[in-house]
Amino acid sequence: LTCNAAHFLLSTNDKTIKLWKISERDKRAEGYNLKDEDGRLRDPFRITALRVPILKPMDLMVEASPRRIFANAHTYHINSISVNSDHETYLSADDLRINLWHLEITDRSFNIVDIKPANMEELTEVITAAEFHPHQCNVLVYSSSKGTVGLCDMRSSALCDRHSKFFEEPEDPSSRSFFSEIISSISDVKFSHSGRYMMTRDYLSVKVWDLNMESRPVETHQVHEYLRSKLCSLYENDCIFDKFECCWNGSDSAVMTGSYNNFFRMFDRNTRRDVTLEASRESSKPRASLKPRKVCAGGKRKKDEISVDSLDFNKKILHTAWHPVDNVIAVAATNNLYIFQDKAN
Amino acid sequence: MFARGLKRKYADQEEDGEGAPAGFGSVPAYSLQRQSLLDMSLVKLQLCHMLVEPNLCRSVLIANTVRQIQEEMSRDGAWRGAAPQSVGRVPLDRLVSTEILCRTARGPEGGHPAPDLGDDPLQGPVSELSTVSSAQVPRNPQSSLWDSGNPRENRGSFQKSLDQMFETLENKSPSAVEELFSDVDSSYYDLDTVLTGVMGGVKPGLCDGLEGFAAAASPPGSSCKSDLAELDHVVEILVET
Repeated sequence: LTCNAAHFLLSTNDKTIKLWKISERDKRAEGYNLKDEDGRLRDPFRITALRVPILKPMDLMVEASPRRIFANAHTYHINSISVNSDHETYLSADDLRINLWHLEITDRSFNIVDIKPANMEELTEVITAAEFHPHQCNVLVYSSSKGTVGLCDMRSSALCDRHSKFFEEPEDPSSRSFFSEIISSISDVKFSHSGRYMMTRDYLSVKVWDLNMESRPVETHQVHEYLRSKLCSLYENDCIFDKFECCWNGSDSAVMTGSYNNFFRMFDRNTRRDVTLEASRESSKPRASLKPRKVCAGGKRKKDEISVDSLDFNKKILHTAWHPVDNVIAVAATNNLYIFQDKAN
Repeated sequence: MFARGLKRKYADQEEDGEGAPAGFGSVPAYSLQRQSLLDMSLVKLQLCHMLVEPNLCRSVLIANTVRQIQEEMSRDGAWRGAAPQSVGRVPLDRLVSTEILCRTARGPEGGHPAPDLGDDPLQGPVSELSTVSSAQVPRNPQSSLWDSGNPRENRGSFQKSLDQMFETLENKSPSAVEELFSDVDSSYYDLDTVLTGVMGGVKPGLCDGLEGFAAAASPPGSSCKSDLAELDHVVEILVET
């Protein structure tokens, strides 16, 4: 989901993108001339006087109506949409291509990145996420299943096949396994609000990159390193393919991402402190503070700690969002959406 | 867990897959684990293949894992019956069955991939620009894995089964999407139509209307039937009737 200031919302499923207008209504008009209160047309011959409809308050109603439908431009499943800083264009990315759209034009899009090999037999890499730069409307990044990020400048060519920058961390040979590539696959990429950094989420960690340094990230935060010894089981039950999102807080001083067992993690970049919190009915009474959680990776389990083997891998928090200004967060846990705020508010 | 660099002795590899006793040490256990990982991955790929809307990212990652395992097995010489010089030698049983499954399931769709959906029809006056830019030199094929000097033949059948899987994955998506939208009235996407209230009192249901329309234009019976027939054939092979 992505939105701009005028309560418009762009959403997508696997193949079709829709632009919605979200409006609030807390008043309704009463006293129409041509219709009565039931909405039935009044007989014009019975109308002997004109009246001005009066606005009366009503219960707040939120309406979403589709304004544009952008369809038929993606062969593969859409994984990302991103509104540009010009508020006029946006990109949509599927496994192999990225298209550029104008918000007003629904029957045409331009292909700006295409990594489909001439021969599908040679396919070894797909696009996993893409985003426009928050300030430079000609710059976008896209991440791959091989753990790399390409930064493209649309001014350089119509088809951005050659990156302006290419971000890749060299592999650590001591931790190499058959699962190395899978866990390096990037599930989400997000620019910081400042536009100076970007963050990538792979299976076990969150990395912060300085856009001026392509060789390695400036920070790496471990989300659930205790899963490294469980990769084979996670491969077997397909959890290793789960795609977690990540997000920045408004001041870019903290980042957040989800994990399993309805846990989500926050990392303070300045203090280097991190916290694990849980989004569940049991641990979320209204007005009560969330209690930090801890996973016991091995050895003796302390009271209140949870052992790795009792984690519920069906309860995964894939989607998280942080309000761009306030300390309010939204966390999606299976069928429930939790909204938390900082007590200071 | 599967870290490379585990010291392995050649003699111990003779006991691969023959249920070496537990106390034998890490050597046969590694090969067994690797083999079972390979088996698991091949099963996953087959299951991907049977889905109506396969997840391409997942399939690619699993296929790459399979390639890695297979490459390491070749280097170790654990790839039974496939010494580098053996052109045309029959590959491992499980790979033969994989290949047959892939070839069968691909059957009636023929040898050419379906046309890409996203390319031409939607790019209007800029189609020339896009065409020019997309007529580029084809990418370098995945290089290092296959450049190591080993002849392709002993991996040919395995490579082929992966390739066929990908072609089928590609074939499935475009045709399904085309069929889904081929009959949809394009005025549904006309903003003016939407806004001037022709759809009038059904605003919240507009999307429902679209969904309904798309569902009505669902794939014709013939392609469903051929998919089922392929599936039956595949199942027959699996249960070895």
